[in-house]
Amino acid sequence: MMSKRNIAAIIFFAIVAVFFIFSALMVHPFGDPDSKDMDEYIIDHTQEETGANNGVTGVVFDYRGFDTLGEATVLFTAVAGVIMIFRRKKK
Amino acid sequence: MSGMSRIVKTICSSIFPLIMIYGLYVIAHGHLTPGGGFQGGAIVASALTMMLVAYGSIWTMGKIKEKNLSLLESLGGICFILLAILGLGFGTSFFNNFLVGNEFLFGVVPATGSAAANINTGGILPLMNFSVGLKVIVGLFAIVLVMAYASTVKEVKK
Repeated sequence: MMSKRNIAAIIFFAIVAVFFIFSALMVHPFGDPDSKDMDEYIIDHTQEETGANNGVTGVVFDYRGFDTLGEATVLFTAVAGVIMIFRRKKK
Repeated sequence: MSGMSRIVKTICSSIFPLIMIYGLYVIAHGHLTPGGGFQGGAIVASALTMMLVAYGSIWTMGKIKEKNLSLLESLGGICFILLAILGLGFGTSFFNNFLVGNEFLFGVVPATGSAAANINTGGILPLMNFSVGLKVIVGLFAIVLVMAYASTVKEVKK
């Protein structure tokens, strides 16, 4: 005789498994996303809009500049924290 | 760490300029070839860290003050934000690439398609690569230098 707790766990596991199987079956094929408007826009217009041949740099520093600003802030905070932890007392 | 043997020092001194040139090349050509400020900065910072390991942190701390490192890192961050705000002033929005289109300062627009472009392209992207590169070089090296110096001082006290 299984306890109520185990039965509930089995039911919950079955529901989650069904969700996982459905999502695995509904994944789009590799290299063929559902909406590729933004990809094609960036590939077509990066060179004339940002003037950069390297599209990744064009995206990182121009289209997604805020993201790079956040990365720089994370680095700055890390450096400030490490220097603050390891600072020396003045004699 | 208080320095390694003379062989290690000599080899590191002779490799050091090559790694520096490679890292600075990756930073300067960030808008043309794979790489950019973050990646090239990591390369240059690893070259500086190699010299730190070879010569010891006390010697390096005598050459470079950590106060100057903090100053340079802040300078890189300020340049980055200032370029973004200049986009707001001269262009249309924050992070607007306002230098594309003029013909003399990084403004040449390359032909669409896979063709080689010269270094005078990219608008504000090369300038942003330089500022982020400075920030990453000095930031990563400051972390390593401060931690190495703290561990050395602890060893000397024991």
